[in-house]
Amino acid sequence: MSDLTKIPPHIEQELSRRNFLSCAGMLAVSFSSIAPPAFAQGSAGPYPDPNFRQLDSWIVIHQDNTATFHVGKTDCGQGTGTAFRQMMCDELDIAYDKTNLIMGSTDTTVDQGGSGGSDAIQVDGWPMRRVAAEARRVLLEMGSQKLGVPVGQLTVADAVVSVKAEPSKKVTYGELIGGRRFNVALTGGDVNATTGTAKVKPVQELKLVGKSPQRYDIPPKVDGSLKWAVDMKAPGMVHARNVKPPVAGAKLVSIDESSVRNLPGFVKVVSKGNYVAVVCEREEQAIAASRQLKVNWQKPDTAPFPASEDLFRYMRAATPTSSGRPVTLGDCAAALAGAARVLEADYEIPFQGHTALAPAHAMADPSNGQMTIYSNDMKSYGMRDGIAKFLGMPRDRVRVVWMEGPQGFGRTAADDAGFEAAWLAKELNRPVRVQWMRHEETAWDTKGPAFACKLRGGLDAQGNLIAFEYESQACDHNHVGYNEAETVLISQLMGTRKSPPNRGGGAVPDDSYAIPNRRMVSHVVGLPLIWETPLRTGNLRDPNGPQVTFASESFIDEMAAAAKADPVAFRMKLLTSGTGDDSGFKRARAIACVKAAAEAYGWDARPAPKRVGSGEILTGRGIAYSFRSQTVVAEIAEVEVNRRAGHVWVRRLVCAHDCGLVINPEGLRRTTECGMLHSLSRALKEEVTFDTEKVTSVDWTSHPTLTHLDSPARIDVVLVNGDPNPNRPDLPHYGGGETICKPMLAAVGNAIFDATGVRLRRVPFRDARVLSALKAAGV
Amino acid sequence: MTLKVNGNTHTVDVDPATPLLYILRNDLGLQGPRFGCGSGQCGACTVIVKGNAVRSCITPASAIRDEVTTLEGLAVGGKLHPVQQAWIDEQVPQCGFCQNGQIMTAKVLLDKNPNPTDEQIRTGMANTLCRCMTYYRIQAAIKRAAKARA
Ligand code: FES
Ligand code: FES
Repeated sequence: MSDLTKIPPHIEQELSRRNFLSCAGMLAVSFSSIAPPAFAQGSAGPYPDPNFRQLDSWIVIHQDNTATFHVGKTDCGQGTGTAFRQMMCDELDIAYDKTNLIMGSTDTTVDQGGSGGSDAIQVDGWPMRRVAAEARRVLLEMGSQKLGVPVGQLTVADAVVSVKAEPSKKVTYGELIGGRRFNVALTGGDVNATTGTAKVKPVQELKLVGKSPQRYDIPPKVDGSLKWAVDMKAPGMVHARNVKPPVAGAKLVSIDESSVRNLPGFVKVVSKGNYVAVVCEREEQAIAASRQLKVNWQKPDTAPFPASEDLFRYMRAATPTSSGRPVTLGDCAAALAGAARVLEADYEIPFQGHTALAPAHAMADPSNGQMTIYSNDMKSYGMRDGIAKFLGMPRDRVRVVWMEGPQGFGRTAADDAGFEAAWLAKELNRPVRVQWMRHEETAWDTKGPAFACKLRGGLDAQGNLIAFEYESQACDHNHVGYNEAETVLISQLMGTRKSPPNRGGGAVPDDSYAIPNRRMVSHVVGLPLIWETPLRTGNLRDPNGPQVTFASESFIDEMAAAAKADPVAFRMKLLTSGTGDDSGFKRARAIACVKAAAEAYGWDARPAPKRVGSGEILTGRGIAYSFRSQTVVAEIAEVEVNRRAGHVWVRRLVCAHDCGLVINPEGLRRTTECGMLHSLSRALKEEVTFDTEKVTSVDWTSHPTLTHLDSPARIDVVLVNGDPNPNRPDLPHYGGGETICKPMLAAVGNAIFDATGVRLRRVPFRDARVLSALKAAGV
Repeated sequence: MTLKVNGNTHTVDVDPATPLLYILRNDLGLQGPRFGCGSGQCGACTVIVKGNAVRSCITPASAIRDEVTTLEGLAVGGKLHPVQQAWIDEQVPQCGFCQNGQIMTAKVLLDKNPNPTDEQIRTGMANTLCRCMTYYRIQAAIKRAAKARA
């Protein structure tokens, strides 16, 4: 490739670390002084796995006294890359702006799994800190030899080792090792356990952690200079577009290639099983050809699914395909039988899409017997394995180069386009770029499972919550795996049938409430069509959390209202009347968060609902709390409900957030604001609709999303450190992201109840649904 | 056909019915505008023509008679446009994919109305979508840019 600017600078740098002159024309880039990473032995292909037990795989020190960090993660838009750099800089003792970071390319970064589970900081941050501490230890030893002074008499600042008593005696990291390998072996049973012999620093000695350096990835996103995965091109590259079955489960009967053969730029129609793609020289030609191609499909004999308006009836009647083991405490049935007051309610959450701002896309280059996929796949390592298996190629001839893309909220954990691009590139033996169309993505992306939940609760005569029963059906019997060769859509369309399918797990509420009697159980149910279906489910940002928490935290509010208790006080009583706590002190931190949220909001204690006023706009506020893994949040929504239009505007949001040690407070605030709004979109707008043949919500009109008009006027994010020993030197850093998404649906529903006295038990709270509920209640 | 983009004149050999987006991205190497929906619903592909925000995914190249400005053309002499600077100062983007549309639409909004009210910002930006939901910070950044330009 003559124009190297087509390759992003960080990718170019990565590529230059390896001598690929023999491998692929487009990879023939200049050598640099950077030492190559360490690889596992005995690999024949061009892409052996970087060895996580070698320090050189993680950290490279350059002659100019700068450093490059290599980590096996990807950034979905939360600025985790900046946070990794902060943590590693602190442990290595190097200035932030003297470093850069490379993420997620399978041949040059160790496999830390990419992203998922909001565990980047909580789990993967630890090996990063430890290897950086180990590099510092090794460099200090080298400095000791060079300066002829014992390590104990040395100090290090900004990558310069100096003698404490004689600061003019000094040597830089670059002088000690620049451009050469460490050749230091690390230990650890798996990548998460990777460690050297050095210890990480106590929290009090961290200088960058807790500060908010600006995200390094933002300027190139703002000035247009960043090259994204959508921008990748290669010489001889062609463009492909898919032609999806018009009806779910349809069988391909025939393709009339003559319908497009004479179109300009036409290259080929490629198909296998029910997978069909059209390939053309230019992008707009491929789009035109995919629209014009005549394909004869045969509808399935039985309907693939019920229509969306019948979904919950269907789910409630369906025989579970699997059930979780009930979580029980005390004797729930007896407690309900003896309760002074029993409440029962059904909550419903429809399928919701991932619907990234841009559809799935990837470019694959098959030159010289290898396969490189340029992709925004969040789990690039799994994608590499999945594609190698799908194509029947050795793993070490396949690599995935991760590049930035539209945030997919879990969509790219099963990134169809990468598999399609690779398969087409192999078929055509030339580079292929695939991008889905909007209607295709919105209809066929993976879906967050629909939930039907039934809750029962009992109060004693004093208004104490003494029994809590939860039972749910989750429509999640065809959960796609992570970039699995058997379950990505192209594979299913080609006829692969993984048996049994990956059933989803269902889920039950998680909280630290002291309720003496509980019974909680979840079931999974399936739709008639399991394979090749647009209603296949996947992990949607905090899988199951928003659904289950909508039901449980709304119902807790119902119980509070029945007890005529203030919703904050009711929750505080349930939290504080418990004894003991888990190792992460979640109960103590929940108390701190609920308190902090109420204080930040200016919560005045009173039962809900507020007395409904007479004006056109009714206002109210609602709270909900939740945790995920070790991170705790409490959120408050303040709403305006237009009683004539049924329109809900959330005008203010508060979040109290406790994820332990915060690496970058400003970054976390942004993530929190945006995570709350994403869940607000699920509360107010998002629903997948379908008839008995196909998904009918296919674009931003039929599958609406939150817009600028819906943005709250004010958002307060309070970062809480509710640890009982908040200044401990080993304060852990937990995951910041997905917990934020859990309580919002309930907080909004609770606020609408406060404003109107009407309890909405089905999201989204679109105008028509709210209006009819208000009318039915005479509000 | 001939297109003037960011001060440069280009001659391209394409079907004039081709949406401008694909010519900018694939022929001229200008990748600020991006594909989000292809149907004028999201704004990811926005460029500026004659002071108006234009959705290049639904605009045939043949309809373009005037100079096109893309995100890459906003900075002058290496100095970022105040809207871009406000985006960095406010740390607006999450993934950033939509931000071309947000920045270009905001620039046009401020050119037409240098001191917009909150309501005018909301309505002016209403059809420019962000799935990361950076709306709150975008609105703050627009106010910041308005101040910086005043
Ligand atoms: S891509 Fe043009 S408006 Fe969405
Ligand atoms: S920042 Fe990700 S879509 Fe807007």
